[in-house]
Amino acid sequence: MAGAAAVGGSVRSETYASARNWLLLPSWAVLGIFVLAPVAMMLVYSFLTKEFRGGVIWEFTLAAYDQFFFDRGLFGDEPAKIEWTYILIFWRSIWQAGLATVLALLIGFPTAYFIATRPAHTRTVWVFLITIPYWVNLLIRTVSMKFLLRDQGPLNDFLLWTGLIDDPIRIINTNAAVQIGLFYSYLPFMVLPIYASVERYNFALSEAAADLYADKWTTLRRIVIPSVRPGIVAGCILVFVPSLGAFLAPDLLGGAKNFMIGSLIEEQFKGNAGNWPFGAAASMILLTLVLIILVFLARQQARAEREATP
Amino acid sequence: MHIFAKTAATAVALTLGAASASAEGKLVIYHWFEYIPQELLDKFTAETGIEVTMDTYDSNEAMLASLKAGGMGTYDVAVPGDYMVAIMIGEGMLDEVGDGELKNKGNIAPEWADPSFDPGWKHSIPYQWGSTSFMVDTAVYNGDIDTTDILFDPPAALSGKINMLDSQGEVLAMAALHLGIPQCSSDREQLKAMNDMLQNAKTHWASFNSDTAKEVLVSGDAAVGQIYDGFGAKARAERGSLKYAFPTQGYVAWMDNVVLLKDAPNRDSAIAFMDFLLMPENIAAVSNYARYGSGLSGVGEYLDPELASLPESNPPASAGPAVFIEVCDEATQAVYDQIWTNVKK
Repeated sequence: MAGAAAVGGSVRSETYASARNWLLLPSWAVLGIFVLAPVAMMLVYSFLTKEFRGGVIWEFTLAAYDQFFFDRGLFGDEPAKIEWTYILIFWRSIWQAGLATVLALLIGFPTAYFIATRPAHTRTVWVFLITIPYWVNLLIRTVSMKFLLRDQGPLNDFLLWTGLIDDPIRIINTNAAVQIGLFYSYLPFMVLPIYASVERYNFALSEAAADLYADKWTTLRRIVIPSVRPGIVAGCILVFVPSLGAFLAPDLLGGAKNFMIGSLIEEQFKGNAGNWPFGAAASMILLTLVLIILVFLARQQARAEREATP
Repeated sequence: MHIFAKTAATAVALTLGAASASAEGKLVIYHWFEYIPQELLDKFTAETGIEVTMDTYDSNEAMLASLKAGGMGTYDVAVPGDYMVAIMIGEGMLDEVGDGELKNKGNIAPEWADPSFDPGWKHSIPYQWGSTSFMVDTAVYNGDIDTTDILFDPPAALSGKINMLDSQGEVLAMAALHLGIPQCSSDREQLKAMNDMLQNAKTHWASFNSDTAKEVLVSGDAAVGQIYDGFGAKARAERGSLKYAFPTQGYVAWMDNVVLLKDAPNRDSAIAFMDFLLMPENIAAVSNYARYGSGLSGVGEYLDPELASLPESNPPASAGPAVFIEVCDEATQAVYDQIWTNVKK
């Protein structure tokens, strides 16, 4: 898009180009100060020596990465084995975030489709309704969820009252509660991008498919989903990435019994461990993982677009 | 006597007011959440003209981390617990209060005259002290609760209904008492035994929560919960069947202290604030609010009478020793960090 102006070939294109550079300066400054500098700092810190009780000593070491990947026993003097602890924590987080994404997609897609197929003047109302709960702070919503789910909370009271269960279901302080929390926290991030895509979808295509004897399932699978794919991919990224680093839901709803990536990193800075290089290293490994996933999705997207426009 | 105290207070306030007029007239406090009544801060401002700003934290470690990450030079005073005062002195983060700078220093109770974490109160003054143990809902379990078995090897009725504080220091100190080993043990067998014991105990625990330690007990989500004594008194007020335990194996004692931070931007205001809190009438307002002991003498007449008879601050004869959390050296601490990670992995 930005390139289009420059290749316009007009006499003033050079003026445009230099003006563009100046006009982009604020964005570059913001990116540099708020994104690149912190990440660079984290990268540097992850290779520094840990100072006892927080802080770093400016000496290069791989100790943080070594601690992540190798297990040397409780006292640190046994022969190195592969350390499964942190890999397990990462796996648990990825699994939880992935499941939350799938759940959000299963609920979010029909919701978005429903909204997009309402008469134009009521759509805004539906979107508005979706966003209302999210005007409230995430912490407060998570605590409220805790009140709903607990053993003597409204959900269990209701189920007991209906006679469907005889004893309260244990939800709070389990992985299921974390799951519900993540799904609930990030659902609108799935609904809104998909809605934006479905709204632009040309429903004449569905009619055409029906005229050609495609059943509804085939139409959905072969026509609708490929057309709104950018929205689906964006929604999945927007739910998956924050879920991966979440620590409110695991702490408040899961009882903080098992570290997730977010709480593991938090512990290195705010907890007793005070191991900043290790926290930085864990963050870098997380960042690398997220980048790999994003690059993979971006390539998929690009390929899909190439196929769609021969 | 009372009139005298008031006159003295006014006199001190006038002197301080005069002193602060030449200073900037600002004070920046870094404090625990829910730990000082707003009225007391207003009173300080009214008496001295010093404008107070306060940020809060929820654990000693979080406070240390944020000060080390660039908070030095921002705050004038902070309120670390006993062991954290020792750590901060070791890190060179505290300024020294000169002899005679604090006019009310003589109010410190004789039994707290020379604390191990800051001998001679060179950098700090007492704020509040109390204990950390646990509460049991006697409606769920009515057996003997004065044993650490309740936390680490609980009866079937309590298994899966236990909330622990999400704090390495409090949990591991209690575990050391349970096993009867030193807090900073470097004996490999003892440390392995502690690691194994905690792995087993964890299967009985429902959650780790510090901020909601009181709430989970009051709501009935947890039938056992590690808790501070003053918080426990507040919990009991809301749910009468809760009882604070004093295990025969011992329990954790703590004292929070107001420290003078190095590079304090408003050092004079900080000294004025510390002197203000060394007055029985003012520190009693904190005790009445937070339900903990104060460490000053002469507070009795200002205290809520109910405080003296709180079951949470009156251990029975059978209670074990109250021990402060100890500060381990780096190599030992590394093993404890590993044990804690194993608990939470």
